[in-house]
Amino acid sequence: MRNGAQAVEEAIRKANERGEAALIPFIEGADPSLEVTAELLWALEEAGADVIELGFPFSDPLADGPTIQEAAQRALKNRPTLSDFLAMVENLRRKGFKTPIVIMGYLNPFYRFGLENFAKQAQKAGLNGAIIPDLPLEEAKPWLKIAHRYQLAAVMLAAPTTPPERLARIAQNSSGFLYYVSVTGITGARNKLPEDLALKLDLARELSPVPVGVGFGISRPEQVAHLANFADAIVVGSAIVKIIAAHLKKPASLVKAVRDFVVELKAATKR
Amino acid sequence: MALPDKRGHFGPFGGRYVPETLMPALFELEEAYRRFKRDRTFKKELDFYLKTYVGRPTPLYPARKLAATLGGHLKIYLKREDLTHTGAHKINNTLGQVLLAQKMGKKRIIAETGAGQHGVATATAAALVGLECVVYMGAKDTVRQEMNVFRMELLGAKVVPVYSGTQTLKDAINEAIRDWVTNVETTHYVIGSVVGPHPYPMMVRDFQSVIGRETRRQILKSEGRLPDILIACVGGGSNAMGFFFPFVNDQSVQMIGVEAAGAGLDTDKHSATLTVGEPGVLHGMLTYLLQDQVGQIKGAHSVAPGLDYPGVGPEHAFFKETGRATYVAVDDQEALAAFRLLSETEGIIPALESAHAVAYLVKIAPKLPPNTIVVVNLSGRGDKDVAAVREYLKGKGDA
Ligand SMILES: Cc1ncc(COP(=O)(O)O)c(C=O)c1O
Repeated sequence: MRNGAQAVEEAIRKANERGEAALIPFIEGADPSLEVTAELLWALEEAGADVIELGFPFSDPLADGPTIQEAAQRALKNRPTLSDFLAMVENLRRKGFKTPIVIMGYLNPFYRFGLENFAKQAQKAGLNGAIIPDLPLEEAKPWLKIAHRYQLAAVMLAAPTTPPERLARIAQNSSGFLYYVSVTGITGARNKLPEDLALKLDLARELSPVPVGVGFGISRPEQVAHLANFADAIVVGSAIVKIIAAHLKKPASLVKAVRDFVVELKAATKR
Repeated sequence: MALPDKRGHFGPFGGRYVPETLMPALFELEEAYRRFKRDRTFKKELDFYLKTYVGRPTPLYPARKLAATLGGHLKIYLKREDLTHTGAHKINNTLGQVLLAQKMGKKRIIAETGAGQHGVATATAAALVGLECVVYMGAKDTVRQEMNVFRMELLGAKVVPVYSGTQTLKDAINEAIRDWVTNVETTHYVIGSVVGPHPYPMMVRDFQSVIGRETRRQILKSEGRLPDILIACVGGGSNAMGFFFPFVNDQSVQMIGVEAAGAGLDTDKHSATLTVGEPGVLHGMLTYLLQDQVGQIKGAHSVAPGLDYPGVGPEHAFFKETGRATYVAVDDQEALAAFRLLSETEGIIPALESAHAVAYLVKIAPKLPPNTIVVVNLSGRGDKDVAAVREYLKGKGDA
């Protein structure tokens, strides 16, 4: 069986070897429906995504800004389940979908499903790993063990408030990549990123044995072009979700609009 | 065995399930709390305000008329938290936390509130200490509890309506956490109950334990022995935990937490988290939650706005698991009946939350042996509820 965590790391390293930062687009699964999500995933692959972050909606997304909160609300109307998500991924893989996918979601739905049960089924389905923003290092031991056993990427997060020695410990426990949160705050597109971000990323990359991806607030190709020099991977979320939200009434053009934007972002990752 | 452990666990419950951005702030808060807890000057200052400003100690009142009404065979006492400044136990905690925030050099206080009681208590403490205060409140609650919004504004706080999710307490907590994630360096988040990530459940318990410590001293003085039964209502669980905790090692003392069964446990409209919920993770803690099959959080309901929360403090989850306390639920009707009973028999209008505790006593009184000493924690006064109760009784053609 393919090693899910390794595939994530390799996809990022390969982009880096081509002289690019890896691009990791985020979409909220089941927004506006799981069928559209599957179409969007194909579009993201075609547009050159190196890894994909697939959000699993939660009723209480306390690390998210309004854009992703609203996406979660729309998605929840479809009563999504982890089983449905896993079945979709399995189906995509059967049809030759190559890009590594990591699921991003708050802990409770995974906890309810059973972490071990989830990991087992994720591996079988061809899902590559998970990012759980409300599971910090101190509480992550059981999950890290399970993820390791099923060769899934357990992507851990570091923030601007994280001191260096703690960041090093988090990075050592992270697999796939280390998710560096660019701002002290919640998700959402921002016009300006912190001035010392480049410096912080330099330090994070020095301390981390796995590639460092940066996310939160990155919304424009210019920002991607700038950060491509300082990060191994770049996550863009709210900006894409906004495009989806703007096209809810014109579904015919939704997928194309997302694809075009991601193509533009990917072009900006050239160093 | 002193709980929680170093990482804030009560057995399997509790912990710190928050975004990494907040972890350093939680470490800082815990360190500061442990330091000031031992600091003589801090203790003196807090005691001074509890005495001269809050009005502590609150009386332990022998409710003889209520006892007579319930058969005359029991010794019933009411711990009068309803007589504190701002009218509920919430102030014990907010004063402690706001003073601590001031010592930590924080410039700004944020809080969530459901009914508005905790918001008012936080705005009060912030006004007293002179810190900026922002209170998040579900948009629906700002309409239902208009007077409390005005009260907070009078006290100089800014009230921010929250339109996300169910637009009630749990969403107000989400929004307060989002604010804290963004402004963590300058801001202290005053959580209103024994919930949230470590160190909050421990810290709020400690600040509220003044209730149980006083009760213990007072009952020993008046009865010469410990009570047999303690009864308190449980929303997040702070008045109950503060009341129970000083008796934890007294194995003869039975502790009963009363949740809101709302429109009934067989409906979707209740807040009986411990009674019918299941373990999960919300708002930084592993605890019992009201949730659906796939782990989405459900809305809660109770006629008592302060009980209307789909989670509960992790130490209560632990007490349930170990059997140290028992948790039961009474419905809206039973609580309203107790609300009237206490008003009529004792001339005390209780908060609807506290009426749940009284209602459970009414329920079990006939089965209790003679001379049983029961203490009910009257967590708050009912002034805030009279308008709502009038509407309710009107609807029933009963007033
Ligand atoms: C009077 C009163 N009692 C009880 C509660 C419930 O909170 P807790 O369970 O934390 O004591 C509230 C909450 O607003 C309240 O106002």
